[in-house]
Amino acid sequence: MTDPSTSSGQAVLTPVLTANWGDERAWKIGNYERRGGYSALRTALQMEPSEVVSVVKDSGLRGRGGAGFPTGMKWSFIPQDNPKPKYLVVNADESEPGTCKDIPLMMASPHTLVEGVIISAYAIRANTAFIYVRGEVLHVVRRLQQAVREAYSAGYCGPNVLGTGYDLEIIVHAGAGAYICGEETALLDSLEGRRGQPRLRPPFPAVAGLYASPTVINNVESIASVPSIIRNGAAWFSSMGTEKSKGMTIYSLSGHVTNPGQFEAPLGITLRELLGLAGGIREGHELKFWTPGGSSTPILMPEHLDVPLDYEGVAAQKSMLGTKALQCFDETTSVVRVVLRWTEFYKHESCGKCTPCREGTWWLVQILHRLEAGQGQEGDIDKLLDLCENILGRSFCALGDGATSPISSAIKYFRDEFEQGMHTPAWELFPYERSTVFVREPAGAQA
Amino acid sequence: MTVTAKPSTGSTDTGRLAAREDLVTLTIDDVEVSVPKGTLVIRAAELIGVAIPRFCDHPLLDPVGACRQCLVEVPDAGNGRGIPKPQASCTLEVAQGMVVKTQVSSPVADKAQHGNMEFLLINHPLDCPICDKGGECPLQNQAMSNGYGESRFTDVKRTYPKPVAISANVLLDRERCVLCARCTRFSEQVAGDPFISLIERGALQQVGIYEREPFQSYFSGNTIQICPVGALTSAEYRFRSRPFDLVSTPSVSEHDACGSAIRVDHRRGKVMRRQAGDDPEVNEEWITDKDRFAFAYGRGEDRLTRPLVREDGVLRPASWPEALDVAAEGLEKAVAGTRGEKVGVLVGGRLTLEDAYAYSKFARGVLGTNSIDFRARPHSAEEADFLAAAVAGTGRGVTYGDLETASSVLLVCLEPEEEAGAIFLRLRKAWRKQGLASWTLAPYRSRGAAKAGTTLVPTVPGAEAAWLDSWSAATGVALDAGSVLLVGERAAGLSGTLSAVLRLADRTGARVAWVPRRAGDRGAVEAGCLPNLLPGGRPVADPSARVDVASTWGIGSMPRHEGSDGDEMLVSAADGELAALVVGGVDPTDLADPAASLDGLERARFVVSLETRASLVTERADVVLPVSLMTERSGTFVDWEGRRRPFPAVLDAPNAMSDLRVLAALADALGRPLGFRKPEAALAELDELGPWEGARAAVPAFGPGEPARPGRDELVVATWRMGLDDSRALANEPYLAATARPAVARLSPATAAAHGVEVGADGLVEADVTLTNDRGELTLPLVVEPGMVDGAVWVPAKAPGRSVAEHLAVLPGDLVAVTVEPHVVEAAPRRAMPTDPITDPAVDDQGEGRAHRRDGDTGREAAS
Repeated sequence: MTDPSTSSGQAVLTPVLTANWGDERAWKIGNYERRGGYSALRTALQMEPSEVVSVVKDSGLRGRGGAGFPTGMKWSFIPQDNPKPKYLVVNADESEPGTCKDIPLMMASPHTLVEGVIISAYAIRANTAFIYVRGEVLHVVRRLQQAVREAYSAGYCGPNVLGTGYDLEIIVHAGAGAYICGEETALLDSLEGRRGQPRLRPPFPAVAGLYASPTVINNVESIASVPSIIRNGAAWFSSMGTEKSKGMTIYSLSGHVTNPGQFEAPLGITLRELLGLAGGIREGHELKFWTPGGSSTPILMPEHLDVPLDYEGVAAQKSMLGTKALQCFDETTSVVRVVLRWTEFYKHESCGKCTPCREGTWWLVQILHRLEAGQGQEGDIDKLLDLCENILGRSFCALGDGATSPISSAIKYFRDEFEQGMHTPAWELFPYERSTVFVREPAGAQA
Repeated sequence: MTVTAKPSTGSTDTGRLAAREDLVTLTIDDVEVSVPKGTLVIRAAELIGVAIPRFCDHPLLDPVGACRQCLVEVPDAGNGRGIPKPQASCTLEVAQGMVVKTQVSSPVADKAQHGNMEFLLINHPLDCPICDKGGECPLQNQAMSNGYGESRFTDVKRTYPKPVAISANVLLDRERCVLCARCTRFSEQVAGDPFISLIERGALQQVGIYEREPFQSYFSGNTIQICPVGALTSAEYRFRSRPFDLVSTPSVSEHDACGSAIRVDHRRGKVMRRQAGDDPEVNEEWITDKDRFAFAYGRGEDRLTRPLVREDGVLRPASWPEALDVAAEGLEKAVAGTRGEKVGVLVGGRLTLEDAYAYSKFARGVLGTNSIDFRARPHSAEEADFLAAAVAGTGRGVTYGDLETASSVLLVCLEPEEEAGAIFLRLRKAWRKQGLASWTLAPYRSRGAAKAGTTLVPTVPGAEAAWLDSWSAATGVALDAGSVLLVGERAAGLSGTLSAVLRLADRTGARVAWVPRRAGDRGAVEAGCLPNLLPGGRPVADPSARVDVASTWGIGSMPRHEGSDGDEMLVSAADGELAALVVGGVDPTDLADPAASLDGLERARFVVSLETRASLVTERADVVLPVSLMTERSGTFVDWEGRRRPFPAVLDAPNAMSDLRVLAALADALGRPLGFRKPEAALAELDELGPWEGARAAVPAFGPGEPARPGRDELVVATWRMGLDDSRALANEPYLAATARPAVARLSPATAAAHGVEVGADGLVEADVTLTNDRGELTLPLVVEPGMVDGAVWVPAKAPGRSVAEHLAVLPGDLVAVTVEPHVVEAAPRRAMPTDPITDPAVDDQGEGRAHRRDGDTGREAAS
């Protein structure tokens, strides 16, 4: 967490979701309420559910989990004539390398999410909501459970919410540590007690999701944004951001940055501005490349520092806004090594359901290992590109596609460095201790 | 691009089909094709002759889209817009106006497929030269047709120790697996036995079982057949032969009345394996493990190859002419002495229609008797009347397809999973796909019933008729003309049941189908192997029926009186009143009272036995005439539907003679020729005779039997045959036998409690149940069955070494005294698995052996 007051470009920031993060024990319900927390819930409960949907639709809120699908529209897909129960599922399985926004949010201010859950569930007429949290973050799971317990005690959820006759059960469910369970249909399978693997679509979750019932699945940040929209109005929200990317969002800066952390700003801010807030690249170094939205988004270069970080702006540079996880790497970094580490992650996390992702990542890792060790073989780089082409758009779910982005984009910008992998180990070209953030002195030989 | 605007470019059928409203027209590789709505693109492409490569896709399994081999390009999804990514054609439904480009016309699709194939092969061992599947392998074939000649993979493959036995029968080579999930989906969807599942993830994903639960399914062998690579192999066939050395002959399974199509693969005169045939109207593409693996029964030391004649009390080999002369002489003496009234013919239900017809004609025309019975199992006069009135000569009745479209199905005295696997699979399919409602009159809801969504009507054996007579009032369930009543052979022993079935059908309009257990049962009914029936459903009692047959056969007169049934014949044999018996294909231990039956065979004055293997009958015979195995003869089975299932001889065995051929020779020796020597001629004669068109035999009108009144400590016996039990057909096949379900006795919780059983907190009990009557006793481990009817005890009819008939000679509905004895056992694995079935084939009856030992332990515990 970064205290924005210490940074220079304070004016650019729009702390809404992060506004109370610095408060004393911000995660307690009393402290949240003192800041006006749960007032949006009272407002929403005075409205018709369909009105709530309209407000969110009008606000222009788009999914903060990466794909950017309009949240209100997703809600309106829920068939209201379906006799089955409707479910709200919050995707809190934040596992993308570099992405760090949902977990700090739930850690600092879980009630922002819980209030959002209650309003959103009310809007889609769901009586049961699930928060599927990444299993490894036990501290967050406990904090969230505690927050839900507090909300029950306060009458914000459970039977007859605030005396309105609306019933809502909220269940915090810890996953077992699988990246694939961030894929929404795999998440549903996991939530149902099965192995997390993506489902065939159609049917889409809006029609047959959890327990074959209409289900809305939203990212933590999307749901957490809802109370502020209800409180301040759709116009307030859409006054921020750019033409098609409305509102504020949390950018997380990491890597070779002087003051890494979360920065909440309107969509469309640039990395140059954000770096200004974060004190720039670590002293004495310069930016080499960066990811706009986690390791699954094609990397960008210093020349893209002024690209507006909204859905359209980043897409125009053949990348994706993704989760707004801005990983910055300075000139000490070996691209080959970074790409290898990411690819090892995808290999480890491939669910195994479809061939291209399962076998492709197994293969890619072996080639990248060779290149890192300076033992690349003739044609390896073209082979990497061709294998990526054979995975991209051929795998069952988007996570297979994501595994190829770092490789093909890195080769696009740094082909020379890969060529050097034919003869020189990466640790000789880029002594690894130099890129280590926390160890200032040479740490001896590389692993 | 509408159906009518353009003349069809396909066959003329397309135009006719286009008239149907639910047709969708799309263009695949520039060829327009019209297919029913909901068709998948991969199958629409097949219609224009384009085979898109695939692994996970299987027409009888739900689509999954996992292997990504069948990618195609879709420039127009039918809405004018293309789909940017290549699409899996096995999950994509056709749409009106859709344009699809397969590998034939799209470089993108072609590259996607080649790339995917390359991925599949990087972790595949490419050990085709030593793989069972090599030569018939979809991976091998499609790698040739849709893959690169050379791989760019120069790296390290994933390897595993091999193989893993996922059951005694099925072995898994994990490194060959392409993870298409066909086997796991089959087990879950089709068989309902989700004992195997994909575990782990990424490239380490693999098929696995729960530690202590092997792949215990009656249908496990199907996974081997649908595996598109050599990952699943059978313990029995592994490394035995190569597909290209095999000769395949289509055939029909001899193990149940389902008429399942099979393919027999043989090499140099020896059957190497059996596969499921593909018959959409009958067994689709599935068979039971018994159909698949139980074919070695003719390979033991007990196989009879030469005729035997008894001399000085000992059987000795004899030549065919001598044996036939001895048999003819003995039969002639018996016939002459009694004018045919004191001779009998017992013919098991395992023979072909033609063989059964030969026995029927031999009994009537040669021996001059109506004492012939195919029912080598508990039977009754009511059943004979039922068969005469409602089954014989009725042709094809209820079919498999009818089960899928039935409004409801009521099962009476039938456990389809145990007795008729193909019916079970259809009922499960109908339940899964159409929501078929079914009920079963049974003492407890078996696993098979649960898997077919069948509702239990808890019934103490003996109460069936009462339930049926009060059906709608008692259950609140209405049957209608779309309903089907399936009644099994066990109904014969429960007085009034068969009559009540016909009464219920009459009241509601529901249709009735009789489902026997054996492949030859229905054919034997049609051939007239019953004391009250002539061929074609002609009642013996009807003079014009007798005239009908006599004139076709060209004989002067027919025996007039109804003959004795099987039990009566053996009783009079035991009394020394029967002059001669001709016995073919009967296992006396299948009868209601094996001891009495053996006594009858012992005391019969002259016994001629036609058999394939030495048996309890041949041991007691005066003349033994060896006959051919099913693989060595051609013929026809009539399945439970009444559908004829002809099959050719698989193996050439010039010296082996079928029952029919032996009977013809015997008839010749007796001077009264049968008139045919080949099955074709026999069938032609039977068809010339045709079905009976006169008045049918009267419907049996037995009322419900008296319900059993158990005394203190007495319970009503419920029992049926299991799919895998102490059947002679399982001989020489230890891997299959090892997958049999453990033999247990079942009691309801209340009945168990009344016998002093305390169920532990974990729901488990450790106790033995002992059934006792004046004949003997039988002990089995107890399972407390929730939902079971009170006052009854269920035991398997013929578990190895635990035959109910042999130990107790009771039928369902009879009473036995029951005691329950808690016992102390050391913690043992619940079900032992062979450690290495390749090197250790001695895996037979492990569970049983353990049970026996446990009995011994208990005895000692009790004594000490």
